[in-house]
Amino acid sequence: MVDILMPALSPTMTEGKLAKWLKRPGDEIKSGDVIAEIETDKATMEVEAVDEGTMHEILVEEGTEGVPVNTIIARMGGDEVAAPKPEVKAEAPAAAAPAKPEAPATPAPAADPAYGETKPTTVREALREAMSLEMRADKDVFLMGEEVAQYQGAYKISQGMLDEFGPRRVIDTPITEHGFTGMAVGAAMNGLKPIVEFMTFNFAMQAIDQIINSAAKTLYMSGGQMGAQIVFRGPNGAAARVGAQHSQCYASWYAHCPGLKVVAPWSAADAKGLLRAAIRDPNPVIFLENEILYGHSSECPVSDDFILPIGKAKVEREGSDVTIIAFSIMVDLALKAAEALAEQGISAEVINLRTIRPLDIDTIVESVKKTSRVVSVEEGWPFAGIGSEIIATVVEHCFDWLDAPPVRVAGVDVPMPYAANLEKLALPQPGWVVDAVKKLF
Amino acid sequence: MAAAPQDKSRKPRKPTESMDRDELLAAYTTMLLIRRFEEKAGQLYGMGLIAGFCHLYIGQEAVVVGMQHAIDTGDEVITSYRDHGHMLAAGMDPKGVMAELTGRSGGYSKGKGGSMHMFSKEKGFFGGHGIVGAQVSLGTGLGFSNWYRENDRVSLTYFGEGASNQGQVYESFNLANLMKLPVVFIIENNRYAMGTSVERASASRDLSLNGVPWGMPSFSVDGMDVQAVKAAGEEAVAHCRSGKGPFLLEMKTYRYRGHSMSDPAKYRTREEVQKMRAEHDSLDSAKARLLELGLDEAGLKKIDDGLKAQVQEAADFAQASPEPEPGELYTDVLVGG
Repeated sequence: MVDILMPALSPTMTEGKLAKWLKRPGDEIKSGDVIAEIETDKATMEVEAVDEGTMHEILVEEGTEGVPVNTIIARMGGDEVAAPKPEVKAEAPAAAAPAKPEAPATPAPAADPAYGETKPTTVREALREAMSLEMRADKDVFLMGEEVAQYQGAYKISQGMLDEFGPRRVIDTPITEHGFTGMAVGAAMNGLKPIVEFMTFNFAMQAIDQIINSAAKTLYMSGGQMGAQIVFRGPNGAAARVGAQHSQCYASWYAHCPGLKVVAPWSAADAKGLLRAAIRDPNPVIFLENEILYGHSSECPVSDDFILPIGKAKVEREGSDVTIIAFSIMVDLALKAAEALAEQGISAEVINLRTIRPLDIDTIVESVKKTSRVVSVEEGWPFAGIGSEIIATVVEHCFDWLDAPPVRVAGVDVPMPYAANLEKLALPQPGWVVDAVKKLF
Repeated sequence: MAAAPQDKSRKPRKPTESMDRDELLAAYTTMLLIRRFEEKAGQLYGMGLIAGFCHLYIGQEAVVVGMQHAIDTGDEVITSYRDHGHMLAAGMDPKGVMAELTGRSGGYSKGKGGSMHMFSKEKGFFGGHGIVGAQVSLGTGLGFSNWYRENDRVSLTYFGEGASNQGQVYESFNLANLMKLPVVFIIENNRYAMGTSVERASASRDLSLNGVPWGMPSFSVDGMDVQAVKAAGEEAVAHCRSGKGPFLLEMKTYRYRGHSMSDPAKYRTREEVQKMRAEHDSLDSAKARLLELGLDEAGLKKIDDGLKAQVQEAADFAQASPEPEPGELYTDVLVGG
């Protein structure tokens, strides 16, 4: 008897929906036969058998959602010639991926009654909704990028948008970042309002000249005559197990440059409210998303008028002993650390920056004056990172209120390793934040 | 996809038929304005009134003036840093251009852009770009915006033969042909990318064929003959306007001065430059044709005198205009602060 396991079908998949069985108990299975369809958060994938034999028993019925990777979903009666053991792999490359470390439930954002009725929304849906709302309202707004249209988005952000807006406004580009970024900036100079999706920000390095030299500087160089209303968006930072060239945080790269705004949402409300603001902003905006957060769900205002201001941070958790400042997925980490600290009698305030440039100095300073201690948390490298900027700002604005030297928590100063254990060692963990905080007392 | 190096359905008119006497006179006047303007800019640079990089257009005047005669109001123009001629041809005020060169508040960018960075939305001039080749993708975006809006405007995207070795130029060729964008790509082949001759930099021996893999039609044009430029340009523009996608023009031209003011130009002989000036100068040939068409020396001299006065006025303005207020340092970084 051979176990068939729920396969991991993408680098960040931890669970999926068993959409359909194509083989039933008693059916003969040949190597290469499609035995099931599985829906990940990105796509519906066909699972092929590697071994031959007879389907013996189905353990997870079709339609079951949230099946963890590596769960036994069926058993197959083995041929004598079947592979000796152990598991039947559905998709060879990823089937053996270890189950994700037990993730405690994702922390929820602080309630924000000011924006009215909410509903659980994934970051992915929130981004899509933001773009769709803005595109309905303004015909000069369009989306372009690799696989945004017919493929429905490499990460399904733009799913359905081609149908609604048509191929002139949801535009598939060839893999040509430098060229299509320059083209989008040129279109923006002529008054259009492009949203450029980078499949990941790693690929935007091909186009960084156009982002900095053309988009960010032209307004100044033209004495205010001609700027670029344009959003550059896509996943930033580490996903999972994708190695050094695909795991990097660009926050400090772009935040360094005058002429750009840099936004990094965490929750679904952040994603919807800030992306709408970014699309309406008359300046070039770098919108740093996070692949792991796409599937995360949180309460998001349903109102079509909901929009958040760029440049304003949010206190996600109030506290009195220490201020933890984070952005994007590191807000998760900061909140988990705050929870752990609370158990040890330390009251931590957690600030979700939301916007990196312009930095909300007021919110930071107000909090630090209250807590007298500060820890910054980022996934990127420490040297000349966002933490450096936050701490310099704190020292400049409220040095006299500090009871301890500020501390940075950041990713380890190495290219991202592939090995699971090393990758885990390279990325900030809640424990790092807890330890950093405890040193301040 | 069939390679279409030359669009057989299109043939430029005979150069002499592309402009009548009045139009040729107007083109000659603009070319001479550019020449006189650039001579004055060179002079002001020598006096220390203009600083930094300053790339003169002397020798190449026929290219931009001929092309400007091939387009309509509302069409867009974008180029690299050798841009003074493009701005004057587009109808921008020589005073504002010269004052930008001197870094004064009366300049097109309030003194904050300099020689390489000027713009005029009103005149359809989108800069003025300092990174070699970047304007090619941006110009493709201007064409994209016309495609998106479904108007019938066309963008002229200029670049040098040196830029034609940049990868993003071919990314842009691909995008423009794929999407059928109305862009006329214009290679101003002046033979030298700074000090490197085209033979030493490009494996392609006929730059007009550089769009062939994408099926882009093209002409190779005598860029020292303003009427030939217009004749080719009007065909290229008509092709784009009809929705057939981009067109490539290679303008064979020559710059008489160094790459920039600080270029000693040791990579070519004085004789080579002299020969071009003596035998192929665009102003000389246009003038000869105007004389054939019945104009007289005295009349042309009068035009020249008028232009010299206009350029002197621009130079005076550029020196009298105050430097930008210190507070300007902080403006125009972002819209709305």
